[in-house]
Amino acid sequence: MSVNGVTRTVRAYPMARLLDVLREELDLTGTKEGCGEGECGSCSILMNGVLVNSCLIPALQARGTIILTIEGLAHDDRLHPLQQAFLECGAAQCGICTPGMILAAVHLLKNTRRPSLEEIREGLSGNLCRCTGYLQIFEAVTKASRNEVVS
Amino acid sequence: MRANPADYELVVPETLQEVLRLQSSEPGSWLPIAGGTDVMVLYAAGKLHSRKLVSISGLRELRNIEVTSAEARIGAGCTYTDLRQHSVIAKEFPLLARAGAWTGGIANQNRGTLGGNIANASPAGDSLPVLLVYDADLILVSARGERRIPYRTFHTGYKKTLLAPDELIHSISISRNLQGYISYAKKVGARNAQAISKVFLAAMARISNTMIEDVRLAAGSVGPIPMRLAKTERALVGRTIDDSLLEIAGEVVAKEIQPIDDIRSTANYRTMVLQNLLGEFLRGLPGARIAS
Repeated sequence: MSVNGVTRTVRAYPMARLLDVLREELDLTGTKEGCGEGECGSCSILMNGVLVNSCLIPALQARGTIILTIEGLAHDDRLHPLQQAFLECGAAQCGICTPGMILAAVHLLKNTRRPSLEEIREGLSGNLCRCTGYLQIFEAVTKASRNEVVS
Repeated sequence: MRANPADYELVVPETLQEVLRLQSSEPGSWLPIAGGTDVMVLYAAGKLHSRKLVSISGLRELRNIEVTSAEARIGAGCTYTDLRQHSVIAKEFPLLARAGAWTGGIANQNRGTLGGNIANASPAGDSLPVLLVYDADLILVSARGERRIPYRTFHTGYKKTLLAPDELIHSISISRNLQGYISYAKKVGARNAQAISKVFLAAMARISNTMIEDVRLAAGSVGPIPMRLAKTERALVGRTIDDSLLEIAGEVVAKEIQPIDDIRSTANYRTMVLQNLLGEFLRGLPGARIAS
């Protein structure tokens, strides 16, 4: 599979969770495990451009796919506009939900360039922030969608 | 106890024929996995009985939405996102698009499939009451051939269905003859996304001269299976909508359902909320004369 633009070959059991393959075999620990049952969105990644929970994907179903994790968003030392916006708005507290939240936002902005607050809330509804810092998160996504970040 | 991946087998056949051959060679031993939104949860918790899984998620044959002048035939492998984005579904079967939007968050809608929701047979599946009021048919396939059954006969008991051990749900067919119907669906749960329903009502009615000419009602999370409320329907058809009808509807529906107390809600609450939803649906119909 292609992970963050690089072709990676991994030996894994077919039913190993993609989440574990990313974290343990590929050392991409930016993808977090929260609930492990598709309820919290901490393990969100993009697979073939589509937002998915990596805890619910058997490794074999990911064979030959294109994976984007949080580690693949920044270019050299330039942050992705959403990362920059999260930073500027203080949209991360403990940080566990942040990678998934940002990838859900990447997916949202790919399909809806200037989302309304309602659309942002829906786009991120599968991602839970237990610090409850939702307002800053919504603000960051709005800011990034309006190209108001300094990057 | 967490599952050990070494104990499980998963194969990814490239065609539907191969999947069916595998299922016919050892009926009942290969569990189909599509988007994994139910199967992987059981697996991770170490509660999956089946040790052999067959992936059907990449099969193109199951991912079509085919629209003819008579029906829409939805491949069982279509995701909720596929349903929400399809123009005919959104326009003619809005309850299905809406139930899709209420199922999980975006990531689960991108993976969860309509066929998976049916096969998983949870009494709380949000798309299931909707398929019941649309009078959907299921097309089931196996190496032995294909058969078509009315969806309302499919669920036979809690998590029990008519699906034979070597069969797969191929597609879901809905007739495009719903002109003149007013439709309604409401989910009551702790939150819209990522929360399983406490009560779900899907309803449709055709009104002629203030009289209910036809009505279809189906509810989720109020019994062991997603259920068509046939007795309540019979109590309503041919009647005009007034306070006394609302009262009758509430009484009949309370007798027809078998809700339970569980972690999400209580039987009493479910009954009362379903009565209220039914009342809301009836009040909204044209010609309703409700004082209270």
